[in-house]
Amino acid sequence: MWVRASMTYRVSFWMMTVAGFVIGALDFIGIWILFHTIDSMGGFSLREVAFLYGATGIGLAFADMFVGRIERLGQMIRMGDLDTMMVRPVPLLAQVCSNEFALRRLSRILLCTIVTGWASLYVEWTPMRLLVMAGMLTGGAAIFCSIFVMLACIQFLTADGVEFANAFTYGGNTITQYPLAIFPGEVVKALTFVLPLAFVNWYPALFILGRDDPFGMPQWFQFLSLVVGAAMLWLTTFVWRFGVRHYRSTGS
Amino acid sequence: MSLIEVRELGRTFTVRKKAGRLRRTSHDVEAVRDLSFSIDAGEMVGYIGPNGAGKSTTIKMLTGILVPSSGSISVAGLDPSRRRTELARRIGVVFGQRTTLWWDLPLRDSFDLLQKIYRTDPARHRENLDEFLELLDLHDLLDTPVRQLSLGQRMRGDIVAALLHDPEILYLDEPTIGLDVISKGRLREFLRALNERRGTTLLLTTHDLQDIEALCDRVIVIDHGTAVFDVSLAGLHQRGGSRRTLVVDLVDEAPPIAIDGAEVVRVEGPRQWLAFPTEASAAPIVAAVAAAYDVADLSLREPDIEDVIRTIYAGAGRMSP
Ligand SMILES: Nc1ncnc2c1ncn2[C@@H]1O[C@H](COP(=O)(O)OP(=O)(O)OP(=O)(O)O)[C@@H](O)[C@H]1O
Ligand SMILES: [Mg+2]
Repeated sequence: MWVRASMTYRVSFWMMTVAGFVIGALDFIGIWILFHTIDSMGGFSLREVAFLYGATGIGLAFADMFVGRIERLGQMIRMGDLDTMMVRPVPLLAQVCSNEFALRRLSRILLCTIVTGWASLYVEWTPMRLLVMAGMLTGGAAIFCSIFVMLACIQFLTADGVEFANAFTYGGNTITQYPLAIFPGEVVKALTFVLPLAFVNWYPALFILGRDDPFGMPQWFQFLSLVVGAAMLWLTTFVWRFGVRHYRSTGS
Repeated sequence: MSLIEVRELGRTFTVRKKAGRLRRTSHDVEAVRDLSFSIDAGEMVGYIGPNGAGKSTTIKMLTGILVPSSGSISVAGLDPSRRRTELARRIGVVFGQRTTLWWDLPLRDSFDLLQKIYRTDPARHRENLDEFLELLDLHDLLDTPVRQLSLGQRMRGDIVAALLHDPEILYLDEPTIGLDVISKGRLREFLRALNERRGTTLLLTTHDLQDIEALCDRVIVIDHGTAVFDVSLAGLHQRGGSRRTLVVDLVDEAPPIAIDGAEVVRVEGPRQWLAFPTEASAAPIVAAVAAAYDVADLSLREPDIEDVIRTIYAGAGRMSP
C-alpha cells in the first residue's frame, strides 16, 4: 500500500531519486576535490575518509528510511492525525513512522554503498573486520534511529523543535563524515559519551582500517557499536513513552 | 462494575503565554476537575455542556489519548492511557471535526486497510461492511476518494470505519456537526438501531438537543470541567427549569403582556417573547393572549440545549454536590 502511494507520483519519484543521488554525490566530490590540494585529513587518506563517509551515510540513510517520517510528528500533532493513530490497535511509533515508504531514500543508500564499496577494496579483510563492519552498519542505523526519535519527542512538549532536532541529526552526520582526528578532543569526548555518534563509524572504522586511535581511547570501544546502538534503542523506548504520556492533543 | 468508571477525574493544561519580549508566563487551565460518573453496558448517554466545558478532553482521556492529571478511569476493566493499544480493539471513536479516514484513498481501500489494522475476521468484516453500507446508503460512494466526499458522506464513512471491528463502546464527539436535517435524522436512526441490535454502548457529545432527545436515555451535563447534572432526559428539562417560549406578534406595540403562568422575557417593537414552564400546556396561554390583545401571529419555540444549559448553569450549577 505504502509503496504504491509512493510510486503514484512516478515522475517525481525518479526526479527525487536522481536529485538525491546528485546532491549526495556533490557532497562527496567536494571531499574528493579537497584531496587534490591536501594529502591527508587529520592523517587519514582519501579512501579512509571515503570509508568513514560511506559508513555514516549508510547508517543515516537506513535510519531515515525506518523512522525518517517522525520529522513530521509536529504536523501530525497539529492536524490531529496523532489522535486518530492513538485509537488504533497498532503501536503508535510504528504508525507514525510507516505512513509512507520512502523509496527516495534509496538513492542515498545506493550512493553511500558505492563509496563504501570502493573504499573497501583497499581494506585487508579478516573475518573479525567483517564482523565489526556488520556491527557498525547495524549499530550506526540504530544510533541514528534513536536520535531521530528521541529528538522528535521534544515535539510532544513544545510545538517547535524540528529545526533543533534536524541540526543534531544531519549536523551530526556532517561531522562524522570527516575523520574525528581533525576535531579537538572535547568534541570527540562529547561524541562518545553525550551524543554517541562516534560509534556510528569512527571507532569501528579505526579497527577495520587498522588504525591507532589518535585520542588513545580504549580499544574495546571499537567493538561497541552494536551495544551502544541497542542501549540507545532501549533508552528511546522510555523517552518515547515519556513523550506520549505528556502529549496534550489539540484544543479543538 | 460498570463498563465505564470515572472517579474524581482531573486534567490540567499548562498554557504558556508570551508576556513582553522575552518573558513568558504560564498558567493552568483546569479542563476537567473532580469528574465522576459511571456508564453501564448498553446505555446511550448524551454528554453535553457549553463550549470549552471539557467534553472533548474527557473523551480523549476515556480513549487513552490524554493522560489524566488526577483521578482514575476504568473502561472495560482497563486503564485507557496505560492499555491504550489493547483497548483500541474494543472501542470505536468518531471525531466530528475531523476524519479518521485516509484522505487520498477511496472509501473501499480505507475499509480494507482497517480490516488489516484490526485483523478483523474477513468474513465478519464483509458482513459488517455490507450491513453498514446498506443502512447508511454508502454503496455508490465506495470508489470515491475521501477528500472528494461531502461532509455528510464523510461522516457516514467515518462511522462505518469506527464500527467495522465490532466495538463494545462507541464514542462520538459532535457527530452531527454541520449535517443537514435529513442526514442528522438518518444518523440518529442508525445509531439507535446499532444500540438496539448489538447493544453497543454510546457516549456522544453534541450541541443539538434533538440528538439527545432522539437517542439518549441519560444526559450528563458538564460545565467548567465538572458534572453539573447526571439525570434522565426528562429530569434534565425539569431540573434545568427549562421553559418554552411563545413568540407573539401584536398588531400594535404594547407594554409587556401580563398573563398568569407566563412571563415576558423580551420585547422588540410589536414582538414579545413569553416564557412558560415546559410541563405547562401552551393552549390556555395562547387563548389568554388572544383574548386580551390584537394578535397578528403566534409561534411556539421548544427549549434548546443552550437554554437548558444556561439555566442549569446560572441557577443550579453551584448548588449541585
Ligand atoms: N491541548 C490543549 N492545550 C491547552 N488547553 C486545552 C487543550 N485542550 C483543551 N484545552 C482547554 O480545555 C478546556 C476544555 O476544552 P474541550 O475541548 O474539552 O471543551 P469542549 O467541551 O469539547 O468544547 P466544545 O464544545 O467547544 O468542543 C478549554 O478551556 C480548552 O481551552
Ligand atoms: Mg469539543
